Amino acid sequence: MLKQNEIAVVGAAETTRLGVIPDMSNIMLHADCAINAMRDAGLKPSDIDGIACAGESPTNMAHYLGLTPKWVDGTAVGGCSFMIHVRHAAAAISAGLCTTVLITHGESGKSQIGLNRAPAGRSSLMGQFEMPYGVYGPPSMFTIPVMRYLKETGTTIEQVANVASIQREWSAQNPRAMMKDKASIDDVLNSRMIAWPFRLFMCCLVTDGGGALILTSAERAKDMPQKPVYIMGTGESVETPMISQMADFTRSRAFRVAGPEAFKAAGIKHADVDHLMIYDAFAHLPIYGLEDLGFVGRGEAGAFIMERNTAPGGKLPMNTNGGGLSYTHTGMYGMFALQESVRQMRGTAPAQVPGAKISVCHGVGGMFAASGTIVFTNEA
Amino acid sequence: MSESKRPLPQPTPETKHFWEGTQAGEIRLQKCDDCAKVYFPPRPFCPGCASRNVTIFKASGKAKLHSYVIHHRPAPGFTPPYAIAVVELEEGPRLMTNIVGCPQTPEALPLDMELVPHFEKMNDEITLPLFQPAKG
Ligand SMILES: [Zn+2]
Repeated sequence: MLKQNEIAVVGAAETTRLGVIPDMSNIMLHADCAINAMRDAGLKPSDIDGIACAGESPTNMAHYLGLTPKWVDGTAVGGCSFMIHVRHAAAAISAGLCTTVLITHGESGKSQIGLNRAPAGRSSLMGQFEMPYGVYGPPSMFTIPVMRYLKETGTTIEQVANVASIQREWSAQNPRAMMKDKASIDDVLNSRMIAWPFRLFMCCLVTDGGGALILTSAERAKDMPQKPVYIMGTGESVETPMISQMADFTRSRAFRVAGPEAFKAAGIKHADVDHLMIYDAFAHLPIYGLEDLGFVGRGEAGAFIMERNTAPGGKLPMNTNGGGLSYTHTGMYGMFALQESVRQMRGTAPAQVPGAKISVCHGVGGMFAASGTIVFTNEA
Repeated sequence: MSESKRPLPQPTPETKHFWEGTQAGEIRLQKCDDCAKVYFPPRPFCPGCASRNVTIFKASGKAKLHSYVIHHRPAPGFTPPYAIAVVELEEGPRLMTNIVGCPQTPEALPLDMELVPHFEKMNDEITLPLFQPAKG
């Protein structure tokens, strides 16, 4: 197991602009935040000897940015790829395979400029056994298990809508958030129907943007300009690319592997967590995440959020940037969850949690297909 | 529901028996001869124990509505609103499908309702296994 706090995030930045960026291609969004992250860390391209990215290949990014890496990782399992990159990078630096890793995400999700993405073919398992039935993007797929979850746990659709409502309380405090207007549960339930029982405000935004992280050893981090944010524990897993084939529609197996692995590695209990990010591509994901990571019992997450535990002033502040529902969601939001965890640990978040020392950042990828969890701390 | 433009499957050597089955009005599953696991989607080995000793068999067709959404946005070959459903077969495996022969409304689509197959011929090669209410 990776030693706690041996590796640190020393550079972190998002694209200069966020939201609608029609004048930048997909690869330039990666580069824009990478340059910002290098500046944040006080590093030059020649200081970077490891590269990891998803949405563009590491080859594309090394060439474009002028890097000569001796370690590469192109793990691309959807929106949590970046949590997994952090985990792999920490292991690689610890093992001495490289010293300084750049992780990039950029996606022209809204403007669709210069995308490098192939849809699943008609002979793939999804092409044969899901695509013929009218699935059309994540809102029509990621949402399918929820009716089962509601029936088995007694959770209500109002409780799911409330997730989106609470996150607007957070995004209202964030100048860079795309959706800052307050939204009541009624407002959420009266927004446009997308895929019953999901309304528009229960589905993530579609934006352009990116984010980059730079990791190095805690030892080297001492001489860097930013307050180090240490990697305390990590976990990862995958289950199935097909939403119809997830083993249990009311729990994510990938969450239940990645989450506990990260907690075990970090040596923490749930009560130790000061700040939490749970990737919210859709409003049910924080509910699944809170339960599958063990913060609450089965079927309790809806009520837990309704009781304002994760809201501003609550005991477990969650998705404090406004989340994929209200801050930004390029397509692979995991990088933005990581950025918010790093800001919270640096003490620089727009909605800063006072005195936060441990942040858990939990990602999902590809319709419950994959998961990655990172536990950060600002105390070595 | 306009059927012409929906993306149709392209069978592979490992799934050919399934698509031949739907043409014959059967849902064909596979069962492991060593550990008795029944599984889907098709593959010539058991995902439970990696045994290659597997047998193709005809499922009863009896199914229950496991979960679904009612999609309200247009998709190629579909007129919204339409339900995208996952059904659980009597033998255990689940598959994605559409529910036909009833209104595409929450009231007409209670979870766990009993279903039977409705084989919808799309062209000479592909027949899709859709489902309908058991009494419908
Ligand atoms: Zn077996």
